[in-house]
Amino acid sequence: MAVHGRTEAQPIDLTQVRAYGDTLNDGAIALSFSLPVPYGDEAKEAARQLVRQMGLHDPQVYHAHDLGEGYTWLLVYAKSPYSVDFTKISVPKVSNHKLSHAAIEDYWHEHGGGEKLRVIGACTGDDAHTVGIDAILNYKGWRGDKGLESYKCFAVKNLGAQVENDRLLAEAAAFGADVILVSQVVTQKDCHRTNLAALVDLAEAEGARGERIFLCGGPRLSHPIALELGFDAGFGPGTVPSDVASYLVQAVVQRRRENAQPI
Amino acid sequence: MSSPLAVSRSPLVSTAAPVPPGFGCPELPLPADQVARARRLARQVAAEVDAFTARRSTVAIERTVLRLLGVDGATDDGVPWVNRLVEQLQGDDLLKNGVAAPFCAAMLDRGLGAQELARAVVEGRVDLRPYAANAVPGLQPAARQLGDKLAQHGLQRIGTQRATRQNYLDTLGCGAQPLLYVIVATGNIYEDVVQARVAARQGADVIAVIRSTGQSLLDYVPQGTTTEGFGGTFATQANFRLMRAALDEVGTELGRYIRLCNYASGLCMPEIAAMGGLERLDMMLNDALYGILFRDINMQRTLCDQRVSRRLSALSGIIINTGEDNYLTTADAVEAAHTVVASTLINEALARGAGLQTEHLGLGHAMEIDPLRPDALLLELAQAMLIRTLFPGAPLKYMPPTKHMTGNILRGHVQDALFDLVGVMTGQGIQLLGMATEAMHTPHIHDRAWALEAAQMVFTGGRALGSELAVRPGGAIELRAQETLGKALELLEDIANVGLMQALSQGHFADIARAPDGGRGLGGVFERGEHYWDPTEAPITHELQARGWLTTDGGPVWPK
Repeated sequence: MAVHGRTEAQPIDLTQVRAYGDTLNDGAIALSFSLPVPYGDEAKEAARQLVRQMGLHDPQVYHAHDLGEGYTWLLVYAKSPYSVDFTKISVPKVSNHKLSHAAIEDYWHEHGGGEKLRVIGACTGDDAHTVGIDAILNYKGWRGDKGLESYKCFAVKNLGAQVENDRLLAEAAAFGADVILVSQVVTQKDCHRTNLAALVDLAEAEGARGERIFLCGGPRLSHPIALELGFDAGFGPGTVPSDVASYLVQAVVQRRRENAQPI
Repeated sequence: MSSPLAVSRSPLVSTAAPVPPGFGCPELPLPADQVARARRLARQVAAEVDAFTARRSTVAIERTVLRLLGVDGATDDGVPWVNRLVEQLQGDDLLKNGVAAPFCAAMLDRGLGAQELARAVVEGRVDLRPYAANAVPGLQPAARQLGDKLAQHGLQRIGTQRATRQNYLDTLGCGAQPLLYVIVATGNIYEDVVQARVAARQGADVIAVIRSTGQSLLDYVPQGTTTEGFGGTFATQANFRLMRAALDEVGTELGRYIRLCNYASGLCMPEIAAMGGLERLDMMLNDALYGILFRDINMQRTLCDQRVSRRLSALSGIIINTGEDNYLTTADAVEAAHTVVASTLINEALARGAGLQTEHLGLGHAMEIDPLRPDALLLELAQAMLIRTLFPGAPLKYMPPTKHMTGNILRGHVQDALFDLVGVMTGQGIQLLGMATEAMHTPHIHDRAWALEAAQMVFTGGRALGSELAVRPGGAIELRAQETLGKALELLEDIANVGLMQALSQGHFADIARAPDGGRGLGGVFERGEHYWDPTEAPITHELQARGWLTTDGGPVWPK
């Protein structure tokens, strides 16, 4: 792996990578948290002790802020002695090739069997934040990248917000969806994980998991989390519609080939 | 018709280069007679200083001459050869006619080159003192020619660097105003290079390498590359060269010339200015009064040194950054704002006396007003508009707050963003980006990224505000600016009455009083002898006259 810009500086040992502030291996870390104790020297000392218990050294309280009602916000800088072996890092990634808008259309035209690829999407559970699902599905898209509705090869149904899992599966069956796309923005108390896992469980109970591609997306989601929750793929912050479109034309074709194999 | 917002690059920080349409400062009406009077007074003050300094030299100036003649080296224990040579002559009144005459006489007599002779003197094989006692005024014409030739060669190297910069600017261009200026300060030049390259990729236009604490009080310039410093990295010629090469490389890749800034200040002002010219620095912190006030350097020493350092900066095409913003870290920002205005006018007049032009005047300002004070932002705007209006075309350097940073880095980030807004909407040339972690630690690699991202957002969105907004006639901004100008004028009257040195001893600036014979470095100042000779002086003057930057009798050139 190329190490940029350190041609004459002390070289990096990629088997022992530490946090970096302004000097290699300085381990500089910043933490921001509040404590349910009144503002004062005791709160600062409590913060320092807490940070030491995290295994960090030399905690320095840069700022303590009286939030009122007996709460204190603390900003602490410290040194982390820990390192990771970067040469051993392995992260699962959505593996299909990124295609252009036109190439996506061509790909489906060639391999899709004449029908449109049917995509259904929703924000599930209590989540009312449709900004993500709209960015991916609606014609207008996001960051100059047109949404799935703008593609000739997709038939898109956007169910919007606060859709329960059982209704989503019923709508998907009625629509004949090849792909179910779930957006989760709210993450309080990990409700997004609970919700997503419940959808997969429900689909499996109904015997409907294997025939569709399940995708999820949101600011606190990623491909590894999606795999963990039983989805086929997950998309995190910064995803544009063509990322999703590229993935799903290829994934659906591959799934159909697999399903066509004799058991 | 193209949108005024479409222009995203300005070719040069220069009077010759019109600022992009839409970028500028709202018109601020100022009484023209007061402005003219203030400038006349500043010129009068500067002319007295110039008359004083032209009759004197300093050990730092003599060391600068030796460097330009080609002397570059240090003893095993780190003492630069130029210091050893000048020290040898310092006693017995042997330095009064300059180091060049005995040095050139010895070169001729011994048949040695500049480097060979310097080494021989340092190793005790040659003594310059007899040459100093005998060579002047009877310096052989051949020795004088040798000195002229070496000086020409040294100045030519600076000229070549200036042409190289111009070529980069013509081919690569540079960032739009306000230029994004960030600091690096790890103490290790190699680590600085890493941080600087990262900053350039994030959008920085100017990299300033902060010096190690206390370097301004060293009466020598350390030699070689350095990897340990305190709160900054030593300014050395080798460090300059390393950083310059790194910025050229990354700038070429990015298609944007990245400017390099350091400090021609402290006891080695002219030497560092010469090194900056030789290694193609683009900006130098260089203030006529800063070292006197904030480092307790003797005023005679600094005033002599600033003249030579600024002549070299003019020759090199280096933008100077003055340090008036610092006045208000010690004095009250609202009460003492006029001292900043008076000082910028004096700094301008002294700079023009040394041949610097409008395009080199990165006069520094910012008001350090308590951000929680009612109308703090309005007052900042009024002051920024006042300075901007007084110096049309100059690449003024606008500075972020340092005094009111609390350790709450989120609050500090917002304060810095507000300064960014004031900077762009008043058409400042260079924006020194505040660090949210200011006063807590030297910047971490991501601290600069926060600042650069915020500034780019504010500048992109606010670029045309200055030309679109108008100041309410008779309103608070106009009144504040006029009040500050009026008080600055009164102060300039006082200073002109007593002279700059007396004014400094009365504590007119930054609430700090300094005595003419106090402070560090006075022992290094001497009156020029009857036969004083500096072979670099005449060619620099001729070159600046040829460019039209000094008048035929060596005086300042003022815009019409």
